[in-house]
Amino acid sequence: MALLKPSAMALVIAVVAASAQMTWASNSFMDPQGPIAAVQKTHLLRATVLIMIAVLPVLVLVPLIALRYRRRKGSAAEYRPKWDFSAKLEFAMWGVPVVIVALLSFYLWKATHWLDPYAAPFGETPALNVQVVGLDWKWLFIYPDLGIATVGELGIPVKQQVAMTLTTDTVMQSFMIPALAGQIYAMPGMTTQLHLVADTPETMQGENTQYNGRGFTKQKFLTQAMQSKDFEAWVESVRTNGIPLTDDTYRTLAMRTDRDEVQATLGTPLMPLNALYFTLGEGDLFQSILHRYHGGQPLPPDQQPGTAEFGQEGVQ
Amino acid sequence: MTDTGFFGRLNWDAFPITGLIQNPNANEIVANSAAAIVIIGVIVVVGSLTWFRLWGPLWRDWLTSADHKKIGIMYIVFAIVMLARGVLEGVVMRAQQAVGPGDGFLAAEHFAELFSTHGTIMVFFVAVPFVFGIANYLIPLMIGARDVAFPVMNQISLGLTVSAGMMLMVSLVVGNFSTGGWTAYPPYTGAAFNPGVGPDYWIWAIVVSGIGTTLTGINFAVTIYKLRAPGMKFMRLPMYCWTIISSSILIIFAMPPLGVAALMLAADRYLDFHFFTNDLGGNMMNYANLFWLFGHPEVYLLVLPAYGIYSEVFATFSAKRLYGYNSLVIATMCIAVLSFTVWLHHFFTMGQSALINAVFGIATMLIAIPTGVKAYDWMATLYRGRIRFSVPMLYGLSFLMLFVIGGLSGVILANPTVDYQVHNTLFLVAHFHNVLLPGVLFGLLAGYNYWFPKAFGFRLNEYWGRITVALWTVGFMLTFLPLYFVGLMGMPRRSFSWEDPSFHPYMIVAVIGALVILSALLSVIVQLWVSIRDREKTRVPVGDPWDARTLEWSIPSPPPPYNFAVIPRVTDRDNFAAAKERGEAYPTPEEYEDISMPRNTGIGFTLCVLSGVWMFALVWWIWWLAVLVTALMLLSFILWTFRLDTEQVIPAEEVRKQHEAWLDLVRSATPVDRDHEIAPENRGLARPDLEAVT
Repeated sequence: MALLKPSAMALVIAVVAASAQMTWASNSFMDPQGPIAAVQKTHLLRATVLIMIAVLPVLVLVPLIALRYRRRKGSAAEYRPKWDFSAKLEFAMWGVPVVIVALLSFYLWKATHWLDPYAAPFGETPALNVQVVGLDWKWLFIYPDLGIATVGELGIPVKQQVAMTLTTDTVMQSFMIPALAGQIYAMPGMTTQLHLVADTPETMQGENTQYNGRGFTKQKFLTQAMQSKDFEAWVESVRTNGIPLTDDTYRTLAMRTDRDEVQATLGTPLMPLNALYFTLGEGDLFQSILHRYHGGQPLPPDQQPGTAEFGQEGVQ
Repeated sequence: MTDTGFFGRLNWDAFPITGLIQNPNANEIVANSAAAIVIIGVIVVVGSLTWFRLWGPLWRDWLTSADHKKIGIMYIVFAIVMLARGVLEGVVMRAQQAVGPGDGFLAAEHFAELFSTHGTIMVFFVAVPFVFGIANYLIPLMIGARDVAFPVMNQISLGLTVSAGMMLMVSLVVGNFSTGGWTAYPPYTGAAFNPGVGPDYWIWAIVVSGIGTTLTGINFAVTIYKLRAPGMKFMRLPMYCWTIISSSILIIFAMPPLGVAALMLAADRYLDFHFFTNDLGGNMMNYANLFWLFGHPEVYLLVLPAYGIYSEVFATFSAKRLYGYNSLVIATMCIAVLSFTVWLHHFFTMGQSALINAVFGIATMLIAIPTGVKAYDWMATLYRGRIRFSVPMLYGLSFLMLFVIGGLSGVILANPTVDYQVHNTLFLVAHFHNVLLPGVLFGLLAGYNYWFPKAFGFRLNEYWGRITVALWTVGFMLTFLPLYFVGLMGMPRRSFSWEDPSFHPYMIVAVIGALVILSALLSVIVQLWVSIRDREKTRVPVGDPWDARTLEWSIPSPPPPYNFAVIPRVTDRDNFAAAKERGEAYPTPEEYEDISMPRNTGIGFTLCVLSGVWMFALVWWIWWLAVLVTALMLLSFILWTFRLDTEQVIPAEEVRKQHEAWLDLVRSATPVDRDHEIAPENRGLARPDLEAVT
């Protein structure tokens, strides 16, 4: 073991060094594309450095103490078998962690309020409103003010604040675009909120992080941040190439299918290969989804999207 | 619920072999191999018990015994069997993720079953029974008692834990386990979305083992409060006992919310209630709160006893007093109390206000203070000691170094801002494995190596012990440190497939690590086998092979059924160390008394079997059987209460004979110093060390 310890440590160092050198995947807050993720990254690094003040002494001193005070013939090291208290040491042992935690708590308090997903400290207003509906296993993005909706592709203008309201029409899910902001749960019959801003025109991945069945890992989408001109053109192309999001279409969309599977049913040659475009009809789809669960009547499984009875791929 | 037949909803489709016949592929082969291992395992155990004619001894000496030592050992055996399954599942999962971008060789649902059983098993059927096993064995010995406060309840606790664990084994052969993870969040686990038997297996395993766990918590708490030997004041308790008190308090307060949450989920699934459904006002957020109200204290009720073990190990193998006893006691109790104030950090992302998140985030960070103090206290215990790198000490050193990394990631996760990003990713998975492996498992293995000679009368093999420590340490680092990075890169936990090629190198390293962990597990078994083979060379009948400090080392190894021939009088904190120093370690008692010990009873085993059948009947909707077994359980319990002859008396003369024989052995044994600790000369009588006096 005495032989192994240093080599084990070398391994840790190698892993750390290797990962420091490699470029992070662009789908991470380590490579932030917006101010929120950038602050989150800074906060992570600052916290890590502060905590290291308490951790490093252990990593350095444990091997040193173990080596110096190991039992051996003719050891010159001091031996104090009855020593079990030192007021000074005690003060440091409690004091240092208290100071570090106090400091960390200060930053935590500030950052948590600043980056509250319900608040919107960044980006130009007026905000672009997007309603997000989690389905098994795809995300539906409704742009209520623009009369369009998409699946598999979230278009947003750069610099402008995006105000999202989220729910699901199935089990609980967790929505995240790591390069822009952290995640927030989406839950049936309830709404949560998330605000985000993109700095540069970039394509970023978004995902669901809460396991919800067979298609869980397929529940990804691309976030396209665009200059406002490009965004307007994109909205126009969704509007022209989209199909109406009728009750029937929504029913098909809400079945247990991943995006590829539903694309095969609803996709048209005018849409991209990995996204569905819709135009909104009359009525407030998002509200009707929320209200599904507040009717005061029991909902049999065949009226609940996400169940086998409601419908799944191949059974329509 | 629909009408069901004589066997409820059980039919041929429930058996994996049906799937293999209909659709032979890698996924079905894995599922069938698992089922086959269970069946072959049962056949081998039953066969060898019959062949070697061991049914009688097994029944008389073990299954019906109310001796806390035997119950403790049975807990540990059970934990290690389940550990083997949990590790294998971990290896299969790492292999699936290492295959590369794409879908791997397992079906998505099968992978989900694996992470659900892996988590459930490792928490409820490895960590908990292993902790309880060691505590069961040690608590009475450490406080100078003859047994726990409620020996028969202890037996029942074990029975319920084992029968619940067996449900997870049965689910491999009949039907499927839940795919909802060890947390089983509704509405995913509700009847609408998961109508199968999986979540029901989870629910009943959790409810029944939860009852067993709660009873154990009560038992340990009462034992330490009430049965301490004369003079064993609270501030003279070994540190390990302090951690078990706090752990018991956590159990008593934390297990009920879990039981309630699981039963509410059962009410939803069986009785058409709407606690957590999407419709009729059900709200899964209540489940999340109840679950984590249990879930967070749970991790501390597992890790505190491990801290206790490390405290004993560091002191003994540094040949020194434990540094900062008062500090450690205060820190332990701080952690126990604080652990109830932080549950919300498991769902910072549920949409509550920034104020609430900030408060719970800071509460979470506060726990780092007493935990940090503990780490420093242990370092101060090593400081100016005479450190011997024996196996438990090596586990301890490995723990100190690795655990602070887990602490680092824990404090990072306490920041809601950062948690928004790494919640539900492999960063979190890396974090809790980082605290549960070096923290809990290494502690338990250190305890296993440390107290094994006490329990069985011979030492474990040092050479294989050291190899095992090395393998666990390297295996842990290779498997879980890469996951931190993949987590930061945004890979969600529970992903059966992934696309981003930059994950691949990490996944390859992790699967290599998983294989090293598997070999560590094999190495544990080899160590045991080699140790049993060479046991004549490592016997320590006198009972103190490590020159240790606490009461349990002052009696023979293995201890007699009544533990102490005469209940000791405690005058010091490290009572046995103090007695050795004064030269009064092995006193000859003036008189002996009759000792009454609990008689064997079959009630624990009966309830184990019946509760197993009861769970199976509920899972498969075999209502007549569930009713019948409920009646039988009540009946057997009532009949048991009619038994009056519950104690057997060991006459004073018998005790005197045994004890004096041992005292003769002590007098005839050659004391050995620490240079010969692992040599055959070490018969368990320690010589005062060369430089004991400063």
